[in-house]
Amino acid sequence: MTATDPQTPSRPDLRALFLGFSSVGLSGFGGVLPFARRMLVEQKRWMTPEEFNAQLGLCQFLPGPNVVNLAVVVGKRYQGALGAIVAPVGLLAGPLAIVLLLALLYDAYGSLPLAQGMLRGVAAVGSALLFAMAWRMAMAIKDKAVFLPFALLTVAAIAWLRWPMPIVMIAGLVLSGGAAYWKLGRK
Amino acid sequence: MSVVFELFLEFALLAFVAFGGATALLPEMHRVVVENHHWLDDTTFTHLYAIAQAAPGPNVLVVTLIGWKVAGLSGALAATLAMCLPMSVLIYLLIDRWESFSGKRWQKAISLGVAPLAVGLVFSGATLIAQAAQFGWATWVLVATTVCANLKFKLHPLYYIAVGAALGLAGLV
Repeated sequence: MTATDPQTPSRPDLRALFLGFSSVGLSGFGGVLPFARRMLVEQKRWMTPEEFNAQLGLCQFLPGPNVVNLAVVVGKRYQGALGAIVAPVGLLAGPLAIVLLLALLYDAYGSLPLAQGMLRGVAAVGSALLFAMAWRMAMAIKDKAVFLPFALLTVAAIAWLRWPMPIVMIAGLVLSGGAAYWKLGRK
Repeated sequence: MSVVFELFLEFALLAFVAFGGATALLPEMHRVVVENHHWLDDTTFTHLYAIAQAAPGPNVLVVTLIGWKVAGLSGALAATLAMCLPMSVLIYLLIDRWESFSGKRWQKAISLGVAPLAVGLVFSGATLIAQAAQFGWATWVLVATTVCANLKFKLHPLYYIAVGAALGLAGLV
């Protein structure tokens, strides 16, 4: 294989990890995972598409921000423990600074009627984007007749009854995961 | 117990059930921060969510903003760290063994089982913002239009956010 072979991943150093993930963190609005894939697989070629999918598996399996998990995995892979710290810090540092700057602006001007109106409009659109996201996630589920009732139960427990989420998630995992386990066994 | 420490503990606990990322945690963060501890009120909570929507970066940053409002800079860092650290450590330890349990029946069952729960959480998050911001009929029209447009067209979400901001500035929603 030659150096220009797209299948040959190069080995980034700490600086490259930091900068690479910084660019990912700053490029996306409302979820940056697609940008992470583009950077890792297409632009820098640190990973092949197959490697990316395999590593993403655990990142999506575990709870928490998937893209932060992914940064830890990629960082560890190339630079060990130090890389596992530097990559997620690179991912979050830029956006964190921006968001804190916005927080300062909010502290200074947030009580103005104009700002209040604007934030109200953005919150409305934000909730609409969440409704759309929930719809898309629901449509992606196979065996809707079996699994969508668990989505309804979750809404009832969380939004209506206001039960604590850790308990709801544990119960939900036992029931919904149990149903999945049973279904997988029948195939 | 200091507020920063309490915030850290509350959010670190949530990190273990954040299936679907920080977005899925909106209802629970509201329960903890607004209802239980009264650290923030409804309006501030929805405003922080709106700011996070309009800023670049991973969704987890809404947590940073909540931390900031509750306890300043140390609160912002504590909340962000609490949300990211537990799973980062776990994934660091587990990634080399992922191959050995990926594809096992119990692993696939959990992945399949979690998906509908995440749907329910994200949907609940959307209703929570609607409730906390006390949407009127004009707001619901905007929400419905945005949902339809978002599902039908492949426009960048920033366009919708700009429209929302403009309508809000004009005092229409």
